[in-house]
Amino acid sequence: MYINGARIVVESLFKEKVDTVFCYIGGAVIPIFDALHKHGRNLRLIQPRHEQGGTHAADGYARSTGKTGVVIVTSGPGATNTITGITTAYMDSIPMVVITGQVPTGNLGTDAFQEADITGITIPITKANFLVKNIEDLAPIMKQAFHIARTGRPGPVVVDIPSDIQKEKTRFDYPEKFALSSYKPKENGHPGQIKAAMGLIQKAKRPLILVGGGVISSGSTDIVNQFIDRFGIPAVATLMGRGINPRKEELYLGGIGMHGSQYGNYAIQKTDLLIALGSRFSDRILGDVVSFAPKAKIIHVDIDPAEIGKNKNVHVPIVGNIRSVVSKLLEMVEVEHRYGDWILELTNFRNNHPMTYTPSDGLKPQYLIQLANNMFPEDAIVVSDVGQNQMWVSQYYQFKHPRCYLSSGGLGTMGFALPASIGAKIGNPHREVLMVAGDGGFQMNIQELATIRKYGLNIKMLVLDNAYLGMVRQWQQLLCKKRYMETEMMGNPDFAEIARVFGIKSRSISRPDEAETAMSELAESSEAMLIHAKVEREENVLPMVPAGKSLDSALTQI
Amino acid sequence: MKAEEKFKDHIISILVYNKPGVAAKICGLITRRGFNIESFNGGKEKDKDMFRIVIVVKGDDRSIEQIQKQLNKVLETVKVTPIDQKYKVEREMALVKIKLSDGSRNDIFQLVEIFKGKIVDTHPAGIVAEITGTTEKIDAFIDLIPNNSLLMISRSGIVAMNRWAKTASSEYKRYKEADNGKNLHRTGCRS
Repeated sequence: MYINGARIVVESLFKEKVDTVFCYIGGAVIPIFDALHKHGRNLRLIQPRHEQGGTHAADGYARSTGKTGVVIVTSGPGATNTITGITTAYMDSIPMVVITGQVPTGNLGTDAFQEADITGITIPITKANFLVKNIEDLAPIMKQAFHIARTGRPGPVVVDIPSDIQKEKTRFDYPEKFALSSYKPKENGHPGQIKAAMGLIQKAKRPLILVGGGVISSGSTDIVNQFIDRFGIPAVATLMGRGINPRKEELYLGGIGMHGSQYGNYAIQKTDLLIALGSRFSDRILGDVVSFAPKAKIIHVDIDPAEIGKNKNVHVPIVGNIRSVVSKLLEMVEVEHRYGDWILELTNFRNNHPMTYTPSDGLKPQYLIQLANNMFPEDAIVVSDVGQNQMWVSQYYQFKHPRCYLSSGGLGTMGFALPASIGAKIGNPHREVLMVAGDGGFQMNIQELATIRKYGLNIKMLVLDNAYLGMVRQWQQLLCKKRYMETEMMGNPDFAEIARVFGIKSRSISRPDEAETAMSELAESSEAMLIHAKVEREENVLPMVPAGKSLDSALTQI
Repeated sequence: MKAEEKFKDHIISILVYNKPGVAAKICGLITRRGFNIESFNGGKEKDKDMFRIVIVVKGDDRSIEQIQKQLNKVLETVKVTPIDQKYKVEREMALVKIKLSDGSRNDIFQLVEIFKGKIVDTHPAGIVAEITGTTEKIDAFIDLIPNNSLLMISRSGIVAMNRWAKTASSEYKRYKEADNGKNLHRTGCRS
């Protein structure tokens, strides 16, 4: 086939079995869109209202389906608008390929119109990036981009294609195999290390499994559930690892870290063997690195060798795919359930320190999340924004399956939820999608309401409006004696009215007695709907471990 | 342990594919992880597609290990080799432009001689001296040139490699076996 670069892009997408592309046109990608028009009939194109929205949508699509999110944008501002979305995906190891247009090769480096050095800009926030300077390189680069994005520790890859390369013709041969000797992710764990881990597990009296995002990205939730059930070892999860669901309820202790459950953090502090699966020991779960899991030996399974010992020293590191390592561990030994006392201790502690809040006359955000948890189906996808809303979802919504909770964990990107929920719905048209955002983050990508309208997406939206940037306000209450500097959101619009203007059904509530009917209307609506909930303004997320403090020192009131 | 003992100079040799922007990637990675690059140089291998970069960074052992792992993750990186503090061969070269006056001429010539340097350019007004050796030796030479005579210095940065004793001895092989896959940067595994 003798075709131009633009069509090579389209044909490569077919070769990579891409069916959905999030794209925003511009001058430097006109040839690609022309090729999409002529040859891309089998591709579903989703046009957001802003490139950042498009990138988050591709991210939400990737997180919820496990497929690679694909974005096509133009050069210059189109490309720079994707930066926040790319960084969000990078921090949470989400597979994504971002194709950017670029000024013609002859104009590179001349500060041409809409020129930005996107490969330079994205070096620290991509797993790899490429500037295509030669038409012959295009097909191999597309192959590499998808391979690198998907394999090993997944991540975003940028392919920058100058517009003259898009028009130039060559013979199209899509490489069957990926050939780059310097890239070889290690899939199988070292047998010696796995044996050492097994030894520790057999000796442990109070073992605990820490489930991180790697468990989800490697598709290992089922096998980790099996591992928990088989050995009777209790588990906790990071924000990115939600979806663990062992048969015995007492074996799952929820989240840990800054806003983790008291019983989850208790388990961490008391365990004598922490088995960390695909977690990077971020500062939000460590608190104080020295006093984290002080009594524990640590086994750390991760596919990225650079994560081992980065934040926390570990005793038995295993570099490999979690699925392969855990299945080896399952093969190796039969262990009878003998952690009865440990589990009893944890259960007792949990009964005495439940996750709870104090009801009042005001509308409590936690109550709304609990209602949503009861009313939405088990396989619903919940997309939270960042801040208090995110933490309340993580505390009061029970996720029974992987890829049901999408949240910007590493970067903490406000404005993530609305566009990401669009991607989730596009990828899962038959599942319920619930977006939860605060009034601050919702306004950061509010233009995407038009995208929901355009594609008739049945997305349920819950806006928790306290007219504050609530999480920072909470910190100001704790650390600055309530000097609320620039956290009050004066001039917020009426979000229900905004939704109506975009042609989306909506409802406002502000009293607890309105909540149940409103939430059930939301859950049962057959079209997109938004609930504008005016919640109690100064509600805090508790418990809270102040940044850098030991997990023992959680505050239960501020 | 004193802070200055903890933060030692570490030499790392990195074999990469000779692709555009690879030096920028390596430099950027080291800088954004909070390290200063004390020395950086590189050149093509016999295979012209390959390029070897030798850098010197200051840091404690733990963060140096992290840097090596991160360097391994750069797509173009083929191999990261830490240079052993004890078993290494290390050289730096400097060209030093020195102004001569009647009073200083003989002293300068003698200094170059003592440091086993070469005079590679002469002019009635001055010379260019070439000095090769360890960084400390070059520093010592430069310190001895009076400020008012010193016009310009051009230093190559450190080139270094492990000695044979490090790469081939049976002791090293035993160490590698005992290592049991723990020392991940040596196995070249990456994600």
